[in-house]
Amino acid sequence: MSLTDFFRKKTSGSVAKDRLKLVLVSDRANCTPDVMEQIKNDIINVLSKYVEIDMDGLDIKISQTESEGTNGSVPALFANIPIKEMKGTNK
Amino acid sequence: MGEVIVITSGKGGVGKTTTTANVGTGLAKLNKKVVLIDTDIGLRNLDVVMGLENRIVYNLVDVVEGNCRIKQALIKDKRYPNLYLLPSAQTRDKDSVSPEQMKKLAEELKEEFDYILMDCPAGIEQGFKNAIAGADSALVVTTPEVSAVRDADRIIGLLEANEMKNIHLIVNRLRTDMVKRGDMMSADDVVEILAIDLIGVVPDDESIVVATNQGEPLVGNDSMAGQAYMNICRRLIGEEVPLLDLNGKNNIFSKISGLFKKN
Repeated sequence: MSLTDFFRKKTSGSVAKDRLKLVLVSDRANCTPDVMEQIKNDIINVLSKYVEIDMDGLDIKISQTESEGTNGSVPALFANIPIKEMKGTNK
Repeated sequence: MGEVIVITSGKGGVGKTTTTANVGTGLAKLNKKVVLIDTDIGLRNLDVVMGLENRIVYNLVDVVEGNCRIKQALIKDKRYPNLYLLPSAQTRDKDSVSPEQMKKLAEELKEEFDYILMDCPAGIEQGFKNAIAGADSALVVTTPEVSAVRDADRIIGLLEANEMKNIHLIVNRLRTDMVKRGDMMSADDVVEILAIDLIGVVPDDESIVVATNQGEPLVGNDSMAGQAYMNICRRLIGEEVPLLDLNGKNNIFSKISGLFKKN
């Protein structure tokens, strides 16, 4: 019974484990919203030298990525920055 | 020279005080000279769990403030002559003691005792800082629940930031039946998430409630929890003890011990 149940649906124990893994990624990265905002602004400032950024489509967050070799996953900065136009290129 | 061990968890109610009482009593049973320090100033509890609440004259704050000598404040256990309790103050707050004072106290007690166990308050504020200040190693207690494991992870981070080298995990209140049907994280799951060494798994056991009601630590008796705590003590003094097999036995065992209790 338990074996068929195991394949049929996700048990609450494994749900707990998965949720914990996710929440600990941001906990361990120790990234406060303030710091996140600063990172975001700095990235925008640097990129703005070269390109025009679509501010509405901007998405920057800490997430989890599989690392090679070490034990499982590590925190990673994920940034999705839509570009409206390149600056200073030869037109 | 003794070893100072802090028992901590972050989250409240996971069994720090019960663990301190049982590990301390177990070490005393193994002929070690042990002192238990309740560092939860304002919320004194270790004395009632140990059944020593009627013997308190002086407390931790009295010692630190110099109102009495350490010897005067130490309460001798009624079962083991080599076990002592330094109770916390009930009517003061956490700021009454500083980490430096705790460090100094720990150093003094190390001269005379083999093990000094610090029962840490819940939280990560002043009380936590006081409790870990003089500690050489830490026992992190958690239950297999998301909230407790999350707090344990935070505590481990803080301990590591304080350069604590020796950190061990106790998974408390594990219910084998729930783990089996997948409705509770296993000890292995918790160890995988927290990535520190496991020193023991204590099953959820009604006899803990009974023991606490009576003010008698159950370490070393034939209950599952009593055996699990004794194994932790043996591992602490360096013995190699295999993990207690909680699988299957739990049900049969609780039935048998249930039979005895009725008699």
